[in-house]
Amino acid sequence: MSAASTRPLGDGVLTRISDYFFANPKTFTLLLLIPPLLWIGIVYVGSLFALLLQSFYSLDDFSGLVVREFTLSTYAQLLEEANIQVILRTLTMAALVTIACAIIAFPIAYYAARYARGWTKALFYLAVMMPLWSSYLVKVYAWKLILAKEGILTWMASSLHLMWLLDGMLALPIIGGPSLSFSYIGTFLVFVYIWIPFMILPIQAALERVPAAYLEASADLGAEPRQTFWTVIFPLALPGIVAGSIFTFSLTLGDYIIPQIVGNSRLMIGQAVYTLQGTAGNIPLAAAFTVVPMLIMAVYLWVAKRMGAFDVL
Amino acid sequence: MSQAVRFENVSRRFGEVRAADHVTLDIAPGEFFAMLGPSGSGKTTCLRLIAGFEQPDEGHIEIFGQRVDGVPPYKRDVNTVFQDYALFPHMTVGENVAYGLMIKGAGQAEREAKAKDALAMVKLPGYEVRRTSQLSGGQRQRVALARALVNGPKVLLLDEPLGALDLKLREQMQEELKTLQKDLGITFVFVTHDQGEALSMANRVAIFNEGRIVQVGSPEDVYERPQSRFVADFVGSSNVLPPAFAAAHGGVARWTSLRPERIGVGSVSEQVPDGFASADGTVTSINYQGPVTRLAVMVGEVRIMAEVPASATTARLGDGVRLVWPKPAMRAMDGDA
Repeated sequence: MSAASTRPLGDGVLTRISDYFFANPKTFTLLLLIPPLLWIGIVYVGSLFALLLQSFYSLDDFSGLVVREFTLSTYAQLLEEANIQVILRTLTMAALVTIACAIIAFPIAYYAARYARGWTKALFYLAVMMPLWSSYLVKVYAWKLILAKEGILTWMASSLHLMWLLDGMLALPIIGGPSLSFSYIGTFLVFVYIWIPFMILPIQAALERVPAAYLEASADLGAEPRQTFWTVIFPLALPGIVAGSIFTFSLTLGDYIIPQIVGNSRLMIGQAVYTLQGTAGNIPLAAAFTVVPMLIMAVYLWVAKRMGAFDVL
Repeated sequence: MSQAVRFENVSRRFGEVRAADHVTLDIAPGEFFAMLGPSGSGKTTCLRLIAGFEQPDEGHIEIFGQRVDGVPPYKRDVNTVFQDYALFPHMTVGENVAYGLMIKGAGQAEREAKAKDALAMVKLPGYEVRRTSQLSGGQRQRVALARALVNGPKVLLLDEPLGALDLKLREQMQEELKTLQKDLGITFVFVTHDQGEALSMANRVAIFNEGRIVQVGSPEDVYERPQSRFVADFVGSSNVLPPAFAAAHGGVARWTSLRPERIGVGSVSEQVPDGFASADGTVTSINYQGPVTRLAVMVGEVRIMAEVPASATTARLGDGVRLVWPKPAMRAMDGDA
C-alpha cells in the first residue's frame, strides 16, 4: 500500500478506546450516564423512598420509640387541627410569595430580555445573581436588622412621617405583630427578597425566546400593546413563570430558617419537620410532614400541565 | 382617485445610517409593486414605514389618501407577511389565521368560517387544528398569507416572502401569488433582493440603492432601459460598457448597458451583418448553467459577459472569438453613476 487512505491506526490504549467509543456511541452514552444514574437512584430516590416508608410507621407514645409496623395513624395525626393549621399557613405564605415574586420579576425579566444589550445585560445578570453569591444566613440576619423596631425601615418611616402607615400595618390582625421582624409581613418580605432571582431568570429565559417579529405580527394584525401582552407575550412567558414558581413555591414550602429568624412563633412546615425530627424524635410525623410539599407540588404541576402551561415547550 | 401608498420625501435614519433617504413614491391601487435592491438598500425600511413599525424622521406617508404620521401599526388597514412568517407557536393554524378577527372581537362562528375560507384560498383546507410546528416551510408561508388576507387589508405587504423556500416551491408560489393578487384586486407591495422574482411577479418595480429609489418602472422598463450603471448591473447583471468603448463599437460616448443574452459568440472570421456591432476578444471563463452557457470574453481591457444557448457554442478557454450584437441592444445611460 503506497498511498494510505487513512491515517495509520495507533496502537496506544487511549487510541483504541477512542476508536471503540467512536464505533459504539451508545455504549459511551451509557458509560457517561452510569455514575449520575447511580447517584440519583440510590442516594436521591432511595432516601426519598426511606422517607416515605418512615411516614407509614408510628411513634409509641410511652416509650418514645418508632414502631416499625405499617400504619396510617401518623397520617391521621397529620390531619389534626394544629397540624392542618401549619400546612395551610405555609401554603398561603408560599402562594403569596410566589405571586409577589412573579409580579415583581416580570417587568425586570422583560426589560432584560427585550431591551438590555451589552453592558446593561451584564449589569442585569450581576444584579440578579450577586445576592446568590453571599451567605443566605447573612442576608436573613441583615433583613432582621432592617425590619427590627430600631431598624432602618422604622427610622425611615418616622423621618418621612409615615409612622401611622407602619403602625397601621403592624396593627393588622394575623399578618401584623410587635415589629416587622416579628410579623408575617416581615417573613413575606424576606422570602420574596431571597427567592426572586429564581423567578427572574426562568422568565427572562422564556421571554428571550420570543422574537420581536411576534410582537410586530400581533400589532400588524390589529392588537394594541395590552392585547399583545395577554395574547402573545404572557402565554409564551408562562412556561418560564411556572418554572420560576416551582422554585419559589417549593423553596418557601420547605424553608425553616427564614420563619425562625424573621417572624412570629407560629410554625411553618419546615420548622415543624425540624422540631419533630430533633427534640421530639418523632421521625414518622416529620416524614409525613415532608410528604405534604411533595404532594402539593405534584398537584400543582399536574394542574399547570392541564392548563396548557407547557404546550409551547 | 388617491394613490394606495404615497411617500412624500420620506427619510428614516438609524444613527448615521440613512435607511431611507428622501424617498418619493406612488403606488396605485391594485398594483403588484416590487421593491428590489441589495440588502441594506432601504427597501425593507420602506415596507416597515408603510406597516407602521417605523415612523419617518422627515416627510409624510399617505395610505389611500390618509396621512398616517404617528399612526401605530394596529390602527392601519395594512397587513404584513413576515420574512420568517412569525406564526404564533402557542396557537393552532386556525387560531393563527383567526387572530386578527379575534382581536377585533368577531364571534366564534364568524372566525371559524372566515379562517376556513382563508385556508381554502391558500390551498390548505382542513389544516385548522394542526400546530404550526407540524408544517413545512411552504405551508407556513401559506398560513402567514391567510392570516394577513383574512383581515381584508387595503394593502398587503410581503417581506421577502419566498426567500426561505426552495426553487421549485418558489416558482409555484410566485404563480399563486400573482393569481391571488389578480383575483383579490388588493394592492400588493413586496420586498425582494431577487431580480428574477421582482420582474416575473410585479406590475411595477422600484429599485433601491443606499436608501434611495434609483429607478421605477415596469419590469420591461427597468430591464431593457436601465438608467444607471447600478440598475443595469443589479437587474440581470448587464455588461456596462465605458463611454469610449461604446462609441468605438456602434454606440454613443456614454456609459452603455448591453445585455449578455443579446450577444452572439462566433469565430473571428464570422460576417457582421448590417445593423450589428462586433468586438473580438479572448474567452477567459466558461460557466455552464444548464440551459445557457455564460462566457467571459476580454476585449482589450473590457470584460464582456455573453450568454448563449448551451448547444450554440463550441468555444473553449483561451479561444479567440468574435462577439456580435444588434446595435439597438446598446442602451446609453444617464450620467456616469
